[in-house]
Amino acid sequence: MRRVYMDHSATTPVRSEVAQLVTGYFTETFGNASSVHAYGRDARKGVENAREQIASLIKAKPEEIFFTSGGTEADNMAIIGTVMANRDKGKHIITTQIEHHAVLDTCHYLEKQGFEVTYLPVSDDANIDLNQLKNAIREDTILITIMHVNNEVGTILPIKEVGQIAKEKNIILHVDAVQSFGKIPIDVNEMNIDLLSASGHKIYAPKGIGCLYLRKGIKLSPLFFGGSQERKRRPGTENVPGIVGFGLAAELAGKEMEAESIRLTMLRDKLIDGILEKIPESQLNGSRTKRLPGHVNVSLRYIEGESLLLMLDMKGIAASSGSACTSGSLDPSHVLMAMGICHEIAHGSLRLTLGKINTEGDIDYVLEVLPEIVEKLRSMSPLFNSMQIENREECSKCTLTK
Amino acid sequence: MYTDKVMDHFSNPRNVGEIDKASGIGEVGNAKCGDIMRIYLDVEDNKIKDIKFKTFGCGAAIATSSMVTEMVKGKTIDEALEVTNKAVAEALGGLPPAKMHCSNLAADALHKAIEDYKSK
Repeated sequence: MRRVYMDHSATTPVRSEVAQLVTGYFTETFGNASSVHAYGRDARKGVENAREQIASLIKAKPEEIFFTSGGTEADNMAIIGTVMANRDKGKHIITTQIEHHAVLDTCHYLEKQGFEVTYLPVSDDANIDLNQLKNAIREDTILITIMHVNNEVGTILPIKEVGQIAKEKNIILHVDAVQSFGKIPIDVNEMNIDLLSASGHKIYAPKGIGCLYLRKGIKLSPLFFGGSQERKRRPGTENVPGIVGFGLAAELAGKEMEAESIRLTMLRDKLIDGILEKIPESQLNGSRTKRLPGHVNVSLRYIEGESLLLMLDMKGIAASSGSACTSGSLDPSHVLMAMGICHEIAHGSLRLTLGKINTEGDIDYVLEVLPEIVEKLRSMSPLFNSMQIENREECSKCTLTK
Repeated sequence: MYTDKVMDHFSNPRNVGEIDKASGIGEVGNAKCGDIMRIYLDVEDNKIKDIKFKTFGCGAAIATSSMVTEMVKGKTIDEALEVTNKAVAEALGGLPPAKMHCSNLAADALHKAIEDYKSK
């Protein structure tokens, strides 16, 4: 059976160049980067080289990159570290309703600690209104934290404009760039970004490695204590194999970005057009134009996401959904809800995220298999073409009450 | 995460469909929660001569719907009333804990259909 992996926003395979390099740092160059001897010095060289590779991808300075265990830690470190270091200046944070839980749950935690958080609403294509951002800014606002690309629906948010506003108002800006880093251009200076989170395993590096970019001069209280690693911002023995792998993956992502983004955009558009054309009552979620290359999210009415994923899996296709069953709660994805998409349609959402290993043949295969599966599930659904439709509340009546 | 039996009933569901002029129809769940199960009964001489279902929901919702129809087809109304959600889950070799409360409603739909039949 053909196998098609279309869940690159969840994670990616480690690319072979990276796997090869990383293996060497497990077995040969295994030293502790803090050690004085040659083993330690070689490991240190690898770490510092990776720092340069990552810094150069976002036009930062190497000393502004701090390695973490991943995107979640970087988000926690950025948000908690910044507000704790600036709590004498204010207690207000601005974010959006569609952030990853690494940001949202951190903000909820800070609310319990006495901070106040504004969660900006979004439009039906998951974008923010810059005027609403401006209006939300208060005298005591100390941090704006907004994602670059939404992980569920792929919309690219206007970070450059947000950065301009933050700079004018002299407010620190943190950007969760886990989904955009290495995929679309980022320039921390041009975009006025003060802190930025990135993750290795989204760009063909191993899991368990990420980084925080911290602009020189921005105060940050550490979350961890216990050593002088990462200039005391993130103590703990460095994950040297992960770091060198992340560095190489970032460098390669930068080199390939332009060509790969053109290729993935073409495949993405073919997939979107094919689904919307072949499957009646389907809709694209997220922006059509301001969209990450390779990111597709559609809702297929009358069916539920988990059943859809199971049936796709039986045909060798790996995807994800924002349905309640897959979100781990009784409610579907908070992102789709914030976009004003009603529960019923949110439950039938399907995310297909493309990457290096996908070909046009994969797109053709999905376009052949998906309509059949949708038809089969719809034939079982009491919501579709039923003989006894009662006056069920239609989607138009759905409100955002949670 | 699902047993082979669940996957069997999910991928080859038994008794999918609707019954025209059904003796009783029962529905539980709502689209908001992501699960709707509807059971159609054809009752003759106090026996379930035919039973069909239509379900919008996850793998467990579809599998439990299919299983409950198989368990009661040909049974008397009284026998059918004894089937519980728990018994349906057990017949499937168990369900993941998270699914026990949200997607294990097939017996409730069956009981509602019987109620509907009795009220006619």
